[in-house]
Amino acid sequence: MPTVMLRKFEKVCAIIEKYGNDPAKLIPILQEVQHEYRYLPEEVMIFVATTLGMSPAKVFGVASFYAHFALQPKGKHVVRLCDGTACHVKGSDGILQALYKKLGVDAQKATTPDMLFTVETVACLGACGIAPVMVINDVVYSQVTPERAVALVEEIAMQEGAGHVSA
Amino acid sequence: MDQVKYVHIDGRPVPIEGEKNLLDLIRKTGIEIPTFCYVSELSVYGACRMCMVEIEGRGLQTSCSTPPEEGLKVRTNTESVRQIRKVALELILANHERECTTCVKSTSCKLQDLSKKLGVDKVRFRSIQKPVPLDDGNPSIVRNPNKCILCGDCVRMCEEVQGIGAIDFAYRGHDVVVQPAFGKSLDDVQCVYCGQCTRVCPTGALTPKSEIDVVCKALQDPKKTVVVQIAPAVRVALGESFGYQAGELTTGQIVAALKMMGFRKVFDTCFSADLTILEEGNEFIKRLSSDLPLPMFTSCCPSWVKYVEQHHPDLIPHLSTCRSPQQMFGSMAKNVFAPELGIKKEDMVVVSIMPCTAKKFEAKRPEFVTDGAVDVDHVITTQELAQMINEHGIQFRGLKPESLDMPMGFKTGAGVIFGNTGGVMEATLRYVYEKVEKKTLENPDFHEVRGEAGIREAEVQLAGKTYKLAVIHSLANAKAIMAKIKSGEKKYHFIEFMACPAGCINGAGQPVSFDPGYRRNRTKGLYEADKMLQLHKSQDNPYLKELYAATLGEVGGVKAHHLLHTHYKARRRMKGKSMVIVDSKADDKLEVRVCVGTSCYLRGSQDLLHHLARHVADKGLQGQVQVKATFCFEKCDKGPTIKIGDKKISHCNMAQATAALDQAIEARLAGV
Repeated sequence: MPTVMLRKFEKVCAIIEKYGNDPAKLIPILQEVQHEYRYLPEEVMIFVATTLGMSPAKVFGVASFYAHFALQPKGKHVVRLCDGTACHVKGSDGILQALYKKLGVDAQKATTPDMLFTVETVACLGACGIAPVMVINDVVYSQVTPERAVALVEEIAMQEGAGHVSA
Repeated sequence: MDQVKYVHIDGRPVPIEGEKNLLDLIRKTGIEIPTFCYVSELSVYGACRMCMVEIEGRGLQTSCSTPPEEGLKVRTNTESVRQIRKVALELILANHERECTTCVKSTSCKLQDLSKKLGVDKVRFRSIQKPVPLDDGNPSIVRNPNKCILCGDCVRMCEEVQGIGAIDFAYRGHDVVVQPAFGKSLDDVQCVYCGQCTRVCPTGALTPKSEIDVVCKALQDPKKTVVVQIAPAVRVALGESFGYQAGELTTGQIVAALKMMGFRKVFDTCFSADLTILEEGNEFIKRLSSDLPLPMFTSCCPSWVKYVEQHHPDLIPHLSTCRSPQQMFGSMAKNVFAPELGIKKEDMVVVSIMPCTAKKFEAKRPEFVTDGAVDVDHVITTQELAQMINEHGIQFRGLKPESLDMPMGFKTGAGVIFGNTGGVMEATLRYVYEKVEKKTLENPDFHEVRGEAGIREAEVQLAGKTYKLAVIHSLANAKAIMAKIKSGEKKYHFIEFMACPAGCINGAGQPVSFDPGYRRNRTKGLYEADKMLQLHKSQDNPYLKELYAATLGEVGGVKAHHLLHTHYKARRRMKGKSMVIVDSKADDKLEVRVCVGTSCYLRGSQDLLHHLARHVADKGLQGQVQVKATFCFEKCDKGPTIKIGDKKISHCNMAQATAALDQAIEARLAGV
């Protein structure tokens, strides 16, 4: 069996080839590459720049411009909290602070050291009617309260057997 | 017949005469429109918002990004225009590190200049920027992000004019910064140190790195004999710092000032430029009659050389092996002149005054150390010389001219025109013509290689044969020509390359100029300086004849080669981590590294990598072997290159790679 890293590298090569080494396709290439690695490692971005004949500074410029692209490895479970206008006025900041406190993370250091959780805010999820909205992985939770958000995270941590969260 | 179209500017009709935008049209009428992000040689960006004007029916618009149209009614000085410019400037200033009194850019800073001109007398907004450290680990350029106003002039210069892209915008909104990829430092990326970014930077965010302190210290050291060389382009630009017109020759005053500061001997780089011509011209003739690669590329410009080493390692053999005039001078000063003066070369300090930031990098290349002593100790730019003159309290304008010292201060006009695009080519032709035709060249001017265009082609007849020449400036043009040479679309015999637009006279070390005519005037100044000298051909320099007769022997001979020639190396563009493809945690693991840098990638290293990784996996060797994709072993001309353990294999193919890997594994097993 080839290793996971080899499989990922071969996938990256296939993605670049699929787009014909076209620099104009940088964004879809980065999207698919991120899907493989769950973030964009520096060395992989340099490789992408090399294969597209672009400067690495430009590739990094694009990757760092879009919030969609992650420059750091993300946790196994990604918690996205909406902080758009509707959610904000309905108290999303309180939820965010509760999650930060619970998981010991912040806006700069968004991932727990055990790589289990990443907490992010998004500008709007387009579901203002059920504000405040939170998405964990791909599951949407409506009218979230700080207590409920913390309970959901604790539940996942329990399933993962990570006791530290409840500490 | 086309009718002349008009735009009304402040109530007056102004004819549109091919202007690309309203800004140029307005400036034509004698009204200065403030800008930071508009540089006529770069693309329009429209970010700084300083060039706002009011257009009837359209409101406030940026004049740089508005094309002139018939009937537009433009007002450049309404109250709202005035207010919005001032507020925009105030906002820019809020995040700018306003340490003006101690900034090297003070008095030549566009931000300072416009703040004064627009009457911004207070900044009401608080800075939201956190101070970050300087990026000054390289020999040429200091990057101070705290002074960056995000106009992007450097980014567009580096990408559009130089084709390098070493720096770019990163992040978004209030987090935006201009930086090398991944926030690395300039010496870890593909920057060629041309410094053109510092030339267009309107603030002190990008500046040439100063060596004034070490030079002053050397001048005060009684044990040291400090000699100095002045590059051609310096003499037509230094005066600008003291109120002279661009192009005005101030060689005599420069010599006087240097003598007053304590330089023991003041020499001329034009002397060693003459020397370069003999060696390079001779090399060209030799290449024409041998199987050495053609076209020959000039090698005087250190940014160009670094660019070839990084981006076209396969064409390194085309670079002339001649050292640049700066380095030839250093080598001659320390190895020939020092003994003549009766001093040890360790006690001699060679200082260069250059129009260039990359010359600082060149002087520090390890190739230019002879027997433990560097050939050129310190390089200061024209800007730094002006600063030193001021620090010493020397009243430059009142100085009585003095003459350069002999013998290395004596030059022909061929050495002087080196500072212009086409100058090295023309000087070489003046030598090669006489050498090949074996007759006197009556008129030394080769107007066909002069000019302003970034790519110029010419032909020359020598002994009944036609030779194709090209003169290139700006590295984006070099990039285009290199692609055509590689594809076979273009064939030449000799090409001159200079990284800076218009050549050394527009180097990044020259005084900052806002005068649109400065380039032409400096160019003209050098051609006139050639005309004013009695000799125009390097081979007529009597002191060179003496030098060869007494010391160097033959042109292109063994001794000349040792002291005046050099070699180049493939150079990685970027420092970066490797990509682990097959991992092993074992302490004694066998490391297999495959280069996926550009040159090796283009030669199929990706397939090698797949193959080796699969081979390791198929044989179940994951525990013992680690396979990594790495960036550049600096063997690009011999790629694809792999490394198994300590063994490097160039020109590697699948069979070789497999065999070497199997062999390495067997050896390990046998060892256990």
